[in-house]
Amino acid sequence: MIAIIDYGVGNLFSLACSFRSIGAETEITRDPARIEAAERIILPGVGAFGDAMDKLTATGLIPVLKREAERKPFLGICLGMQLLFDESEEYGPHKGLGLIPGRVCDLRADLSDKSLKVPHMGWNSLELRDDPIFRHIRNGEYVYYVHSFYAKDCAEHTIGVSQYGNVSVTGAVRRGLVYGTQFHPEKSGDTGLRILRAFVEL
Amino acid sequence: MLAKRIIPCLDVRDGRVVKGTNFTGLRDISDPVELARYYNDSGADELVFYDITASAEGRKLFTDILRRTASEVFIPLTVGGGINTVDDFDRVLKCGADKVSVNSGAIANPALIGAAAKKYGDQCVVLSMDVKRVNGQFRVFAKGGREDTGLDALEWAERGVGDGAGEIVLNSIDTDGVKQGFDLEMLDALAARVSVPIIASGGAGNMEHFAELFTHPGIDAGLAASIFHSRQVDIKALKRYLREKGVEMRL
Repeated sequence: MIAIIDYGVGNLFSLACSFRSIGAETEITRDPARIEAAERIILPGVGAFGDAMDKLTATGLIPVLKREAERKPFLGICLGMQLLFDESEEYGPHKGLGLIPGRVCDLRADLSDKSLKVPHMGWNSLELRDDPIFRHIRNGEYVYYVHSFYAKDCAEHTIGVSQYGNVSVTGAVRRGLVYGTQFHPEKSGDTGLRILRAFVEL
Repeated sequence: MLAKRIIPCLDVRDGRVVKGTNFTGLRDISDPVELARYYNDSGADELVFYDITASAEGRKLFTDILRRTASEVFIPLTVGGGINTVDDFDRVLKCGADKVSVNSGAIANPALIGAAAKKYGDQCVVLSMDVKRVNGQFRVFAKGGREDTGLDALEWAERGVGDGAGEIVLNSIDTDGVKQGFDLEMLDALAARVSVPIIASGGAGNMEHFAELFTHPGIDAGLAASIFHSRQVDIKALKRYLREKGVEMRL
């Protein structure tokens, strides 16, 4: 069973459906016992970093998540990936979970071509580093992004990037069993489902 | 690099897909879930479901269709039609919509955009506008294009983005259904005023019209209905053609 962490952020319907379509069982939960019993963990998220971090803190799950992230495959998606880092400057600074070294910064500030639109919204091609989570996709396949902040100073743990103007957007990260994708695999069509399938096979 | 998007729009009434010309003379085409699956397989980058039902039963049917589509099609879904309150956002988001487009509901209650953006984020709120030239001005029309609101479209768009709309669908009533190409003049005027993604709608008749559209760098996506439903233009072939023309496309 895959535990999808329910902390009152975002819409989990598509996420649960996408796993069901590849034959994986999920449970949307905030029960520490269920999270401990799960084989894998998904940390979803949309919205603002500080607000999400406050809600996650309020569930009391942070120590559980930090402990379980050492033991089983863990995937943060979109804002859920950003929460893995040390800190974010979105309406911030705000402290993150600190599971992966790096920080989350304003994309607009780093774009030299100011005519480029923020949020970075739509399908962008993903340049891969070799990793088991990408075993079912090819270099350059397109994935779906919607975000205005992005992770940086995390090159050592970056396993996928997408180019947006002059910025190499951190698309996917990994440290040990902890993975994160800035893009939405559950909205990235067949490519996304193949990434989720590889996650389920980890 | 970020790809340009091709978006089929499904107008749904009483559980069936319909598409009219200049908003009148609707005709039934197909089953929405089946059509959504077909478009996903063809490489559509996103789907727009537009609820043109008036009745409560029709609305229930619409949310059922939405839920069924979202449970088997894993690309972004935008939902519009009958969105008048934050509760309406909630209703369709729970059924698997990713973005919600507001049109007449925001005209009747301009605070809706800000309230929804605050609750669900800017990326979730799409401002959809039906626009027509009146005395040399781009004028916003409400009620499916039947009612002149007197609002200046460019000012309305700027205000919507200021309030938190994360994307704009510009449907030109002047070119809609005519199949002579998108309203590039109107689109360029909008692109000069706002910095959020712009989805062009109204006027696509063939593949060349999309190629022409994407020579305008401020436009992010092209939306159409009847030419895709009738298979006059095949999305897979269109995207291949556009890539050959040098347009960034997800294939």
